[in-house]
Amino acid sequence: MPPATGGGLAETELRPRRGRCGPQATRAADRDVAARAAARNPKRPARGSRRFETASRWALLALVTLLSFATRFHRLDEPPHICWDETHFGKMGSYYINRTFFFDVHPPLGKMLIGLAGYLSGYDGTFLFQKPGDKYEHHSYMGMRGFCAFLGSWLVPFAYLTVLDLSKSLSAALLTAALLTFDTGCLTLSQYILLDPILMFFIMAAMLSMVKYNSCVDRPFSAPWWFWLSLTGVSLAGALGVKFVGLFIILQVGLNTIADLWYLFGDLSLSLVTVGKHLTARVLCLIVLPLALYTATFAVHFMVLSKSGPGDGFFSSAFQARLSGNNLHNASIPEHLAYGSVITVKNLQMAIGYLHSHRHLYPEGIGARQQQVTTYLHKDYNNLWIIKKHNTNSDPLDPSFPVEFVRHGDIIRLEHKETSRNLHSHYHEAPLTRKHYQVTGYGINGTGDSNDFWRIEVVNRKFGNRIKVLRSRIRLIHLVTGCVLGSSGKVLPKWGWEQLEVTCTPYLKETLNSIWNVEDHINPKLPNISLNVLQPSFPEILLESHMVMIWGNNGLKPKDNEFTSKPWHWPINYQGLRFSGVNDTDFRVYLLGNPVVWWLNLLSIALYLLSGSIIAIAMQRGTRVPAEVAGLSQVLLRGGGQVLLGWMLHYFPFFLMGRVLYFHHYFPAMLFSSMLTGILWDTLLRLCAWGLASWPLARGIHVAGILSLLLGTAYSFYLFHPLAYGMVGPLAQDPQSPMAGLRWLDSWEF
Amino acid sequence: MWGFLKRPVVVTADINLHLVALTGMGLLSRLWQLTYPRAVVFDEVYYGQYISFYMKRIFFLDDSGPPFGHMVLALGGYLGGFDGNFLWNRIGAEYSSNVPVWSLRLLPALAGALSVPMAYQIVLELHFSHCAAVGAALLMLIENALITQSRLMLLESVLIFFNLLAVLSYLKFFNCQKQSPFSLSWWFWLTLTGVACSCAVGIKYMGVFTYMLMLVVAAVHAWHLIGDQTLSNVGADVECCVRPACVGQMGMVQRVRVFCHLLARAVALLVIPAVLYLLFFYVHLILLFRSGPHDQIMSSAFQASLEGGLARITQGQPLEVAFGSQVTLRSVFGKPVPCWLHSHQNTYPMIYENGRGSSHQQQVTCYPFKDVNNWWIVKDPRRHQLVVSSPLRPVRHGDMVQLVHGMTARSLNTHDVAAPMSPHSQEVSCYIDYNISMPAQNLWRLEIVNRRSDTEVWKTILSEVRFVHVNTSSVLKLSGAHLPDWGFRQLEIVGEKLSRGYHESTVWNVEEHRYGTSQEQREREWELNSPVQVDASRNLSFMARFSELQWRMLVLRSDDSEHKYSSSPLEWVTLDTNIAYWLHPRTSAQIHLLGNIVIWVSGSLALAIYMLLFLWYLLRRRRNVHDLPQDAWLRWVLVGALCAGGWAVNYLPFFLMEKTLFLYHYLPALTFQILLLPVVLQHISDHLCRSQLQRSVFSALVVAWYSSACHVSNTLRPLTYGDKSLSPEELKALRWKDSWDILIRKH
Repeated sequence: MPPATGGGLAETELRPRRGRCGPQATRAADRDVAARAAARNPKRPARGSRRFETASRWALLALVTLLSFATRFHRLDEPPHICWDETHFGKMGSYYINRTFFFDVHPPLGKMLIGLAGYLSGYDGTFLFQKPGDKYEHHSYMGMRGFCAFLGSWLVPFAYLTVLDLSKSLSAALLTAALLTFDTGCLTLSQYILLDPILMFFIMAAMLSMVKYNSCVDRPFSAPWWFWLSLTGVSLAGALGVKFVGLFIILQVGLNTIADLWYLFGDLSLSLVTVGKHLTARVLCLIVLPLALYTATFAVHFMVLSKSGPGDGFFSSAFQARLSGNNLHNASIPEHLAYGSVITVKNLQMAIGYLHSHRHLYPEGIGARQQQVTTYLHKDYNNLWIIKKHNTNSDPLDPSFPVEFVRHGDIIRLEHKETSRNLHSHYHEAPLTRKHYQVTGYGINGTGDSNDFWRIEVVNRKFGNRIKVLRSRIRLIHLVTGCVLGSSGKVLPKWGWEQLEVTCTPYLKETLNSIWNVEDHINPKLPNISLNVLQPSFPEILLESHMVMIWGNNGLKPKDNEFTSKPWHWPINYQGLRFSGVNDTDFRVYLLGNPVVWWLNLLSIALYLLSGSIIAIAMQRGTRVPAEVAGLSQVLLRGGGQVLLGWMLHYFPFFLMGRVLYFHHYFPAMLFSSMLTGILWDTLLRLCAWGLASWPLARGIHVAGILSLLLGTAYSFYLFHPLAYGMVGPLAQDPQSPMAGLRWLDSWEF
Repeated sequence: MWGFLKRPVVVTADINLHLVALTGMGLLSRLWQLTYPRAVVFDEVYYGQYISFYMKRIFFLDDSGPPFGHMVLALGGYLGGFDGNFLWNRIGAEYSSNVPVWSLRLLPALAGALSVPMAYQIVLELHFSHCAAVGAALLMLIENALITQSRLMLLESVLIFFNLLAVLSYLKFFNCQKQSPFSLSWWFWLTLTGVACSCAVGIKYMGVFTYMLMLVVAAVHAWHLIGDQTLSNVGADVECCVRPACVGQMGMVQRVRVFCHLLARAVALLVIPAVLYLLFFYVHLILLFRSGPHDQIMSSAFQASLEGGLARITQGQPLEVAFGSQVTLRSVFGKPVPCWLHSHQNTYPMIYENGRGSSHQQQVTCYPFKDVNNWWIVKDPRRHQLVVSSPLRPVRHGDMVQLVHGMTARSLNTHDVAAPMSPHSQEVSCYIDYNISMPAQNLWRLEIVNRRSDTEVWKTILSEVRFVHVNTSSVLKLSGAHLPDWGFRQLEIVGEKLSRGYHESTVWNVEEHRYGTSQEQREREWELNSPVQVDASRNLSFMARFSELQWRMLVLRSDDSEHKYSSSPLEWVTLDTNIAYWLHPRTSAQIHLLGNIVIWVSGSLALAIYMLLFLWYLLRRRRNVHDLPQDAWLRWVLVGALCAGGWAVNYLPFFLMEKTLFLYHYLPALTFQILLLPVVLQHISDHLCRSQLQRSVFSALVVAWYSSACHVSNTLRPLTYGDKSLSPEELKALRWKDSWDILIRKH
């Protein structure tokens, strides 16, 4: 009777000791290399070729690296204008050089590196990066492009080494390297000022060092073991620091580590203390180290960007006080709210803005015809409100009265300073959100009715009774209807000047949309304190900037009636991205994968699933196979499995994402898919050769197969290289165009 | 054959009185005073309208779930002789006398009642003690939220019933597997698993989660089966083994047997559910054949297949569009609203509000209502006439056409002028010659998107077409933006400059169609205003209708995202929220969806204990310390996979969902927790209590705990059944958590 459901039980039975399968595969590979070396140089005796072999390995690696660099740096300076997203990332690089604060949905490391590269190469940050197609002219942009291309070039040798380590087969590694070198998509993506080459560099570095430290498993705690382990951690921090997509490779390393620890834990020859050491080492290198580095990048980010800039409005008032040039910087205002204070009220939800009113009425037919109340993102006199007591209209600023502080739970009236109307709500439906109540400005010179009364409450009441400027999170509850003042975040039509709708929501749900804080505060009777005491601590800044990033990412929603790229388009290379140029006179660069490579990858995934499951079932049935086949199937299942997992982790999560997706999101997955192709075809060809061993030319099958794949990809690159290196002339629809025969899918637009 | 003459016919029946008693109590708790309150309670207002549609055979579209759930409710109405005449508009409205409340609520209540004995069965089949099984059933019995939810016309109890049925029948099947594979009961339970899964999916999409869990468990078991070398026929094969020559043959037999096992599972768990799911839709579409309020969302072809509605208009229209045809063109995309290509006398304003200029030609819009201005005439650019010639010259894919607006006789035109709302696209107008060197560019090439051959003829309703502008190769597109007042808030039509791939907003189809015969403009206006004549109908195949309906159900988004009683998944585990279902119009008797907090909290605790223990045992087994005997361990793992797994798959996905969530979404997950609870208790008593004394103390604690759960259940009973009007003080006393919203009348 087999175990009923084993949480990972079956796995252990399937997985032999790591080192055990190694020797067979290595032996097979060694023999093969020797055979190949012998085949190449028939005159040399195979016996004395150990050194030669090592040398040739290095030479091969050097060749692969060289080719990769050559293809990536070829015509790097063309086109000399902004291409596609360079407009964003180049601009952000400039922000670092100019030290102005900005907001982006990605973590800062990638842009910081771009900025650094620009700075070192003599770019002064003066180019505006306004829109794609703008000429760079005298500005130095090659440093930034060169840096990205430099990192992008390393992808190929990294993939080569990873596959070499996983399969112990030079031919598999070569095939992978060729697929990536000759892929027009990878090439294009590496040539511009983008985050993707940096991201992919770190992802591949993490993968490579993980594989390397896996192969050091027989020498734990040795120097190389520590080296690769901590390098994995560093690369993970780098990947996450560039884009949140880095989470997927973290997940992969995490899964690998858990499996690894599980195996160590089950090894009864190791004492618990040793296992504990292993665990601690991994926690240190894979959790503590990356976290520290990741936090450090943010520390640098905040340190460098000390000037007020276009990103201010996305952040809370307290945050803005840090930025020099912002009006909250070094300002000093009274700390506690008192009656008679003139204040501005800011919504805590991002990008909603300040409570605002102006001398325009709601139009006929939309609720009561009273003065509009909206939220507005810009600073303006109409954002000023005066806090008054609900029952008296006496001027609290009269010096004869003592100062009276506003306290949690007080009933107040908010008078709009410019128009002297009270913040008011009543049982009319709000203009856009029909289930909420309308909020208006009502009354003359501060005299209104009982619908002007609001109860002010501090969320969580954690600052005692008084209400603090900037720090207190307050809610305004309408006394008569019991609803809460909030902003729906919807844009009003023309009559509301496209400001945002303010409503009173009867649903007492705890959302940021109905929480406010006091930002500016003027009260001559109170002593001013410097805002610097209120400055948030580093962990708070870190948390806030992450909240803003996540919100920003979620906000990137596709609109209806817009053509968007779907994840299923990607592996079939359905549609590319225009990097530069539209018309036939333009210099056109089109991001599109080399279809031969991509379709081969697609085929390989299907083939892998098929052959993998056949082998797995055969093993589960306990079929006995010769040692050579067993070694090859281990390579296929374990090495290929690792890579397949990487592909799945970097691809499937996109199906769940609601944000706008682009074709280039697939490229990390594509790297893994190419590695799978390399491993699969090499193994399959070897199996073929083994199966047909009786046939005289059996050995040749493998060599011929690999060679034809290599040459095929190289030739397809020759065909498609204008996509990456740029083309001018008629579009491919035109039969005159040299690319005319290459538009294999109608959806390609080059 | 004639044996019954020789021997007496004997029937022996084992009746498990526990089971009978539990069923009885379940029925009592769920069916007691079922018709009270005789008013619309909470979501009955939502499901009720669909019951009425079924009764009246009117087509509707509901994105909340596949039709099987609605059909189950409608079956109740059918049995009670409901005629569908009730206006479901307000929670709390009294039912009129023609509404058979009892039979409408009967099926969910029965499903809820039967869940009680099923819980008992499941724990037994998991090979835990009789005592634990009774415990699980009793917990199900007194869980207030489950009682409330099953006593109304709601679907959760039915969903839970089928979830539990799937688990139970799979366990029965799994236990049969050891003794008698391929026996009758083996087949029965295997098939029932598939059927129950399919029914669960058919009631709510949520059922997919349990289905996936069952598939995974079955796959793991099948995987063990593949590895099971001992799997062989008992008699013949053993003999066979003796002779070495037979070994290969035996291997073959084994392989065939394994294959049969796998095949049987695949058929029962994959094919049968798929077929059954289709069957639900088949019955649904057979039942609902009349056109109704949701027609507009569906494509013209679908609408034409319903009785009444569009079918009445389009019946008998000529099929092939020819030069000279008069047509209305509907946007296939239909978002934000379904609409037809439209034009009218008014022109684009010379200068827009933001200072940009326009061509000042006649507006072309998309209009969501039927109107005589929606008619266009398909004209051959090489000829002048606007009528069909004889013989007919049908329009084919790739043909050049002009579209002439019927009422104004101006032709559809686009040019390099920015569109009013989407300035990156071209303006589309009906051409007026102002003599300002802006020539007419009114040639369009017809592209049939769903063509089978390149010479296909343009067909009414069936063909989905794009119009590609000849001069600028832009495509006629519904941009989705509303025009301001000068455009009467109709939808904007633009020429999309870059034909960036295929998007449904560029696709149109002919809805109404007739061959134009009038030469004169006045005569033609009269003709356009007259209804189309009638002759034949065309029908869609079932699969086409199914796939369209399914697709629309999945992509339909209701934007109503806020509800007073909506809650987030985090609040469910600790029961921080409730839903007020109904309030008596005069007294303060009220019904709430409010769980038995003792059960909720201890259920979550049990789950946490299970996870900790499981992890502990797992780690220790890895170090070769076996705390549990092998069979106890396997039971422990299986119960975790089914119950803890069932909880996880029915709960965790909600964190990823963006729709409005309510407390009742948690109930399926809760039932799995309830199943786990007594199992954990028994485990603690069996394996962790070391002495007899400890065991007795523990049993006493369990009894005390269960009585407190009973007490809580009894205390909350007035809110569950709504039968007793409580005083404001009593109500306040029931508000154990600040976040509970219990309605107190202010007098």
